[in-house]
Amino acid sequence: MSFYVVQFLSGLASAAALFLVASGLSIIFGVTRIVNFAHGAFYMLGAYVAFSLTERLSGTLGFWGGIIAAAVIVALIGVLVEMLLLRRIYRSPELFQLLATFGLTLMVEDLAVLIWGPDDLLGRRAPGLRGAFDFFGQAIPTYDVLLMVLGPVVLGALWLLFHRTRWGVLVRAATQDRDMVAALGVNQKWLFTSVFALGVFLAALGGALQIPRDAVNHTMDLRIIVDVFVVVVIGGLGSITGAFVAAVLVSELNAFGILIFPKISIILVFLVMAVVLIVRPWGLFGKPEAAARQTPGLAVQPWRPLSSQARLAFVGVLILAAALPLLGSNYALIVGAEIAIFVIFAVSLHFLMSVGGMASFGHAAYFGLGAYGVAFLAKLAGLPMIACLLLGPLLGLFGAIVFGWFAVQLSGVYFAMLTLAFAQIVWSIAFQWVDVTGGDNGILGVWPAALVATPARFYWLALAITALSVVVLRVLVFSPFGYALRATRDSGLRSEAIGINSKRIQWTAFVIAGTFAALAGALFAYLKGSVFPDNAGIALSVDSLVMVLLGGVETVSGAVVGAIVYKALSIWLVSYTELSKLVMGAVIVLLVVMFPKGIVGTFDSLIESGRLSFLKRGSSRATQTEGAE
Amino acid sequence: MSGAAALLSVDDLTKSYGGVHAVRGVSFKLAAGEILALIGPNGAGKSTCFDMLNGQRKPDRGRVQLLGQDITGQPPRRVWRLGVGRTFQITATFPTMTVRENVQVALVSYASQIFNLWRSTPDFQRDEADRLLALVGVEGYAERPCGELAYGDLKRLELAIALANQPKLLLMDEPTAGMAPRDRIELMRLTARIAREQSIGVLFTEHDMDVVFEHADRILVLNRGTLIAEGSPEDVRRDPQVRAIYLGEGLVYDARHQEGAGT
Repeated sequence: MSFYVVQFLSGLASAAALFLVASGLSIIFGVTRIVNFAHGAFYMLGAYVAFSLTERLSGTLGFWGGIIAAAVIVALIGVLVEMLLLRRIYRSPELFQLLATFGLTLMVEDLAVLIWGPDDLLGRRAPGLRGAFDFFGQAIPTYDVLLMVLGPVVLGALWLLFHRTRWGVLVRAATQDRDMVAALGVNQKWLFTSVFALGVFLAALGGALQIPRDAVNHTMDLRIIVDVFVVVVIGGLGSITGAFVAAVLVSELNAFGILIFPKISIILVFLVMAVVLIVRPWGLFGKPEAAARQTPGLAVQPWRPLSSQARLAFVGVLILAAALPLLGSNYALIVGAEIAIFVIFAVSLHFLMSVGGMASFGHAAYFGLGAYGVAFLAKLAGLPMIACLLLGPLLGLFGAIVFGWFAVQLSGVYFAMLTLAFAQIVWSIAFQWVDVTGGDNGILGVWPAALVATPARFYWLALAITALSVVVLRVLVFSPFGYALRATRDSGLRSEAIGINSKRIQWTAFVIAGTFAALAGALFAYLKGSVFPDNAGIALSVDSLVMVLLGGVETVSGAVVGAIVYKALSIWLVSYTELSKLVMGAVIVLLVVMFPKGIVGTFDSLIESGRLSFLKRGSSRATQTEGAE
Repeated sequence: MSGAAALLSVDDLTKSYGGVHAVRGVSFKLAAGEILALIGPNGAGKSTCFDMLNGQRKPDRGRVQLLGQDITGQPPRRVWRLGVGRTFQITATFPTMTVRENVQVALVSYASQIFNLWRSTPDFQRDEADRLLALVGVEGYAERPCGELAYGDLKRLELAIALANQPKLLLMDEPTAGMAPRDRIELMRLTARIAREQSIGVLFTEHDMDVVFEHADRILVLNRGTLIAEGSPEDVRRDPQVRAIYLGEGLVYDARHQEGAGT
């Protein structure tokens, strides 16, 4: 019995950090409407800075002085970030904000490794709190007791701050109607900045307080942010009480989940989240979100079917691509096959995101499921390649059916966070369920059939499937189904009023997109000969988003161009620099701030505005039809 | 006018939010080809009433019947399938599609083809789409992106979309709100003509009393959630209760427009 009590108390102690970060995220979202992906990075920075301060300057500040100073320093960094980056994207679509703050996360990760090194850092214990209570023979660390108390104390302090101070009243007013608050003469800029500083302070404090409990390393940002997303989805974005309740709930589920499902404890959290979403789609304490801002990709020019010239051009490019084995080395062919696979992946996300208006932050889940599907069939069932390629993606299809049903109940940032959480669940299962998936060691030896075993033949296979996928998805865009999907994106109200079942249409689109992603994953498993949990990782999900964004969300050709450029760039970066994340993060941030239309979109705008007028005559019809090339 | 074969029959419709009775015990009938106006001051419950008719909101009590079939609380898309078209106070169209495609989507849905993955939508029932566009007078813009249309034309387009399922009943929430005076008259004349020709019942809410008194066959007056008057424009105009509510608003109509009302 006492064991369970101790487990429960340990869960409460873990909830403190989760609550601090989640409440910070909620406060920032409430006022600025930005879901700050970089919140995990600020949490991590808090831990690193606190480590340095308590190790190096413990004489001057003491342990607690170091913890507080770390949170303040990181909050000041947050102020800089807000002023330099966020102020430029407050009016951007949610997806862009998530991406920009994710780019920031990538940069911080590499910077942290540069400054503090890649190894785990063990912080010192809090002075005076090193011991443990004896609880019926079980030990409870004294420090944990402090954390248990801290959660409710912070909750109370925040309540006082928001209800008993002038600043708090303004923040609550801005949460309800920020334009009105601005109209009443409140300096909105500084209100936003101060709110952001407070949110970052809380996250950094949460990180700093972790150093006596846990090693500090450069992966703690993504670990916490996924848990935080789950917490705010359950508790309701924007609600501090919700963040507290959900943080306790999730921490306890984790604490006891390990006892019930030792191998796949994450399942329990997932089940609870699913139930909450069915009963209260906006979380336990959340309010229904106002209509989401318009999704990126609302083309001014309606999409048109390809002209015959454009079709010829497509075939021409395809023939050129097919000629690569005559010129390129084996390495070029392997890179070429990988790029082709990622074109399928990007185009499938484009279908979901641009045509359907559903910006998924976890599209890699289905890529990963497709890859594992193939690996299971090939290694466990011993099926031939052709059967694996056809049946493997069914695992992704099945995953998309289950997850998609929940995801389409929501929209906007909730949709993004939920899809991310689902992807993380897939990743965790792949990582934790070692008996079946091999865990971190993955599944090795997934080799293609002899017929396509040479790089050239495999490349042709990948290219053919890619071309077919692009054509099929384009046909879908112009099919009645594609139009119904765009209708649900353009106006849910009007769609329902002309008899379209929006949810079912969106669900179907989700399943279609997931299946194509799974097909890409299946090919990828054969290309690499192995499957790893990272095939469903966050990094890959974001890769797909960046590919679509880089090329331009408005066009199918954008997704294709984006996939080619991004994949080539990242393969090149990884082989030439140690700091690929830093560069990639900077690219993402710049892209969002300066070229939100992407390569193809920017190119079209230049032609439209006449700055590339020499191209205009030849391509004026192409611009008309370019919509979805 | 409310004969045995009522197209729409509303019985004791009631809805409250918290303790506020938004709509209380509203009953009326609407015949095919009849144009019925629902008027009342702001907050009278017009929009709530309207939303309950096409399933946007569920009533607490009461019944809505279309040609004798109970449609109370059915979701909007089912109500639409049964032959009810709707236009919104603020137009709801598909801005990234062309004007013609906007109508084609509605035609696709009417033909139960929305899960068709193969056909090309731009070629789908093109003639029928063009016929509807011509009917409301925006055929010249068929290829234009819908987002580029002027507001008055958007309203017309919305009417064309609402007509795509050959409705028996049109629900129009403030059809002329935000339009220039001349466009208002034109749109309502158009609506009235289509309603008469195709024997479609029309229920509309409206703040512009010129529009109401010129085009409605019959008027329902809602105040604080209850019907306080019902009858022909003349009856309603003379009603002392209505006068009390509308003093200084629609009644100016009396003197100014009496002679011109017939044109």
